[in-house]
Amino acid sequence: MNAAGFPLLSLVTFLPLLGALIIMTVRGEEAVVARNARWTALWASLVTLALSLLLWVGFDQTTADFQFVEQAEWLPEFGVGYHMGVDGISVLFILLSTILTPLCILASWESVTTRVREYMVAFLVLEAMMIGMFAALDFVLFYIFFEAVLIPMFLIIGIWGGARRVYAALKFFLYTLAGSLLMLLAILAVWYHAGTTDIPTLMETAFPPSMQFWLFLAFFASFAVKVPMWPVHTWLPDAHVEAPTAGSVILAGVLLKMGAYGFLRFSLPLLPEASADFAPLIFALSVIAVVYTSLVALAQEDMKKLIAYSSIAHMGIVTLGIFTFTAQGLSGALFTMLSHGVVSGALFLCVGVLYDRVHSREIARYGGVAKVMPAYALVFMVFTMASVALPGLAGFPGELLVIVGAFKVNPWVALGAAMGMILGAAYALYLYRRVIFGKIVRQDLKALLDLSPREYATFAPLILLTLWMGIYPSSFLNFFEATVAALIARHEAALGAARLAGM
Amino acid sequence: MNWTLATPEILLALAGLLALAGGVMPKKETFFPVSMAVIGAFVLTAVLVLGQGEGTAFAGQYVSDAFSRFAKVLILLGAALGLVLALDFNEKAGIGRFEYAVLMLFATLGMMVMVSANDLMSLYIGLELLSLSLYVIAAFDRDNPRSAEAGLKYFVLGALASGLLLYGASLVYGFAGTTNFDRIADALSGDVPAGVGLIVGLVFVLAGLCFKISAVPFHMWTPDVYEGAPTPVTAFFATAPKVAAIALLMRVLAGPFADVAAQWQQVIWVASVGSMLLGAFAAIGQRNIKRLMAYSSIGHVGYALMGLAVASDSGLRGVLVYMAIYMVTSVGTFAVLVAMRRNGRALEQVDDLAGIGRTDPAMAMWMAVFMFSMAGIPPLAGFFGKLYVFLAAVQGGYWVLAAVGIGTSVVATYYYLRIIKVMYFDAGTAPLDARPAGLTVVMSATGLLTVLFFLFPAPIIAAAQAAVAALLG
Repeated sequence: MNAAGFPLLSLVTFLPLLGALIIMTVRGEEAVVARNARWTALWASLVTLALSLLLWVGFDQTTADFQFVEQAEWLPEFGVGYHMGVDGISVLFILLSTILTPLCILASWESVTTRVREYMVAFLVLEAMMIGMFAALDFVLFYIFFEAVLIPMFLIIGIWGGARRVYAALKFFLYTLAGSLLMLLAILAVWYHAGTTDIPTLMETAFPPSMQFWLFLAFFASFAVKVPMWPVHTWLPDAHVEAPTAGSVILAGVLLKMGAYGFLRFSLPLLPEASADFAPLIFALSVIAVVYTSLVALAQEDMKKLIAYSSIAHMGIVTLGIFTFTAQGLSGALFTMLSHGVVSGALFLCVGVLYDRVHSREIARYGGVAKVMPAYALVFMVFTMASVALPGLAGFPGELLVIVGAFKVNPWVALGAAMGMILGAAYALYLYRRVIFGKIVRQDLKALLDLSPREYATFAPLILLTLWMGIYPSSFLNFFEATVAALIARHEAALGAARLAGM
Repeated sequence: MNWTLATPEILLALAGLLALAGGVMPKKETFFPVSMAVIGAFVLTAVLVLGQGEGTAFAGQYVSDAFSRFAKVLILLGAALGLVLALDFNEKAGIGRFEYAVLMLFATLGMMVMVSANDLMSLYIGLELLSLSLYVIAAFDRDNPRSAEAGLKYFVLGALASGLLLYGASLVYGFAGTTNFDRIADALSGDVPAGVGLIVGLVFVLAGLCFKISAVPFHMWTPDVYEGAPTPVTAFFATAPKVAAIALLMRVLAGPFADVAAQWQQVIWVASVGSMLLGAFAAIGQRNIKRLMAYSSIGHVGYALMGLAVASDSGLRGVLVYMAIYMVTSVGTFAVLVAMRRNGRALEQVDDLAGIGRTDPAMAMWMAVFMFSMAGIPPLAGFFGKLYVFLAAVQGGYWVLAAVGIGTSVVATYYYLRIIKVMYFDAGTAPLDARPAGLTVVMSATGLLTVLFFLFPAPIIAAAQAAVAALLG
């Protein structure tokens, strides 16, 4: 059993589904159903959050082993089992998912008015699948959760999205599916080679270099689309722009992390030699992503699109950090993933606040908002600065670590990452200036109301997290220190063995 | 003479004769009572099948083993659900005549004989009993020119395929000197390489059978017949006979012709790739949902054939699992199509589903489940079907098959998603008519099976494993 004494991870994973089932059984008038659905969804996600905090408390930071492990037989004759567990890499992403979901439900409280019941069901199912994906320690199980995420997200974008929602939803689904199916082939090849899909067992299995090459490409196809890396990023701006606010928050906050998580969980430990061989390619693509998408972001007219492009740039820093194979690079990548999850989610919420009031995401439509919404201007500024990686806020420690890690490997790569920070400051501050400062030109903006208590409640935890991550990053870094060290030790041992064998 | 082994078939045949007599006697129309009796006969037969012994009967013409039991239970399930789908529809369409149920019964009997065939003669008898019943059922709405056309088309092309099959069977007989499967296997297992005549005969038999499962390049009849036939008939066509024909194909290829696997694997390989590609690309432009499902079924047969082309233990098991899942999902999908009716008029266009996500959330949800499952999205059942055939392909090193399967899956997902898009994203018109309870039961039952398959995959896979073990002897 595990430290908690009961199947905590399964409970956290499937509790949202229970909430979804309850919501589906609600009958009655539309207004009553909507109210019940909102409250049930909020409570289900809050209870899930509370339970997931037990992971934070009970997690042993000194070991790289999997914790809270649960195992059950599922398809024994195939070597596929129900195997759940967390280590330093995954535990904080479960917490990120459980924190963002209730905030998303709060953020959609008033902005979603049609088919509220289905919306809440979709969100809870989405939460369950996200948590399950981070907790899965069996490759087939992982794949099931990884793919199942597509269904609720497809519906969220397609039903509650903007004008071009159908195009965006289909593009999102098909792009991701094409990548994932290639990964499925790789999983089947791994399965056939090793006779099991148990991830801890697979980590001990060596794959021949020629096989690693193809496996890496197949994994890369799936994870690169999900991250997304340049040049397969084009689905993201469309999906972000058309998704409802809460959908964008989850998309940027958690779904993009699934790709980077996949690199960390599978590509690096399972395919050390191919990872090392492909690192230059990843560096090149990441640096291009950082510089190119930052420049594209500068030219955007749409607030959500701008933040979407900034997400691609930040994820470029993450992939760069992962493939440095240094302790700083990996820790920095993990920290950037977390901070980006909080900050970009919060930025989308900020856009959502304006969109709810004015129903426009066009940057030129705004200006001088600070005069009528001072509290909002402050909140927006905190997150803008965090996105720019101002020291003392969430974005800084991660990016700094990545640049340090990259510098060890190749100063030019570090220069590319640093370029991203400079350009990031340019487009984020430019956005902030155009929206918040200046004179109010449009008369209807004068009537805008500042943040409501519900919106304060949504932003407060995020601000707190942003400050905490910036001021005392060790409380998060400590979580992955041991795991990252073990990962690098194993990686170097594998490379060393390969070199010896090659001589 | 061990004729008691065939009790299920004999009982079903007797039940058919009784139903014929019972249907004619009363003065008024007896569609509903006869249908109920036929469903009862199916259930009874299924129970008998489950308790059936193993061995051969009728001088080696008939064989009963775990494989035939697995296929027969599936066939009976598909036939019973198919008849439930027809109950209300046929009354409303004015074709509520008891012969419908009787014809379905004889078709089912033919299928059972097919999967238990251990001789080219009993194979042909079973296949023709099935085919003749299907020709009539396809044209059952005889006053409707489309239905009559479907029946005639199916008959002409089907007769041609039967001819090919017979010709192939005669060649096999001529060169092997026997029609019995075991003896053909003996003739082929010697050191002497199989003669060209035998191989040509095998290819003709394959062609005839590929017509029945509508695999490329023998698929031409499928879209027209599916579109023209009344919807419950289409539902029946797409489910039980497909399972029976695939099972028969497996029995013939993995049994008597196992020793010339290298020969037929190429043929199945081409049919598989062709079916997957055609099923994926030809369905994209379809507006009629029955026609779309026809192309979709061609694609699914392609995936099932992938397992057969690999011809390994795990490949054959993958085929059985795939067909079981495909049948359940298809029955559910067709339950939704049968329920598409507005102001008393049956609807067939994809766009007619617009907005039912709002007006009929339960049905839209089940349809979405079936579509996602057919697209192979986990955790729904369709994913596991694909998983098993892809696994077999990867194990056997059939990378081209697997790659084509992956590519066509993505393309096919597009049109499944389009149906979901129409249901949920598009603004609807008027709501559909209230649907009869029978359809709701079928939809929910098959839907739940599709959603919850991942919880209990082991028993079905174990049953498929036992069936394959029996087949390979």
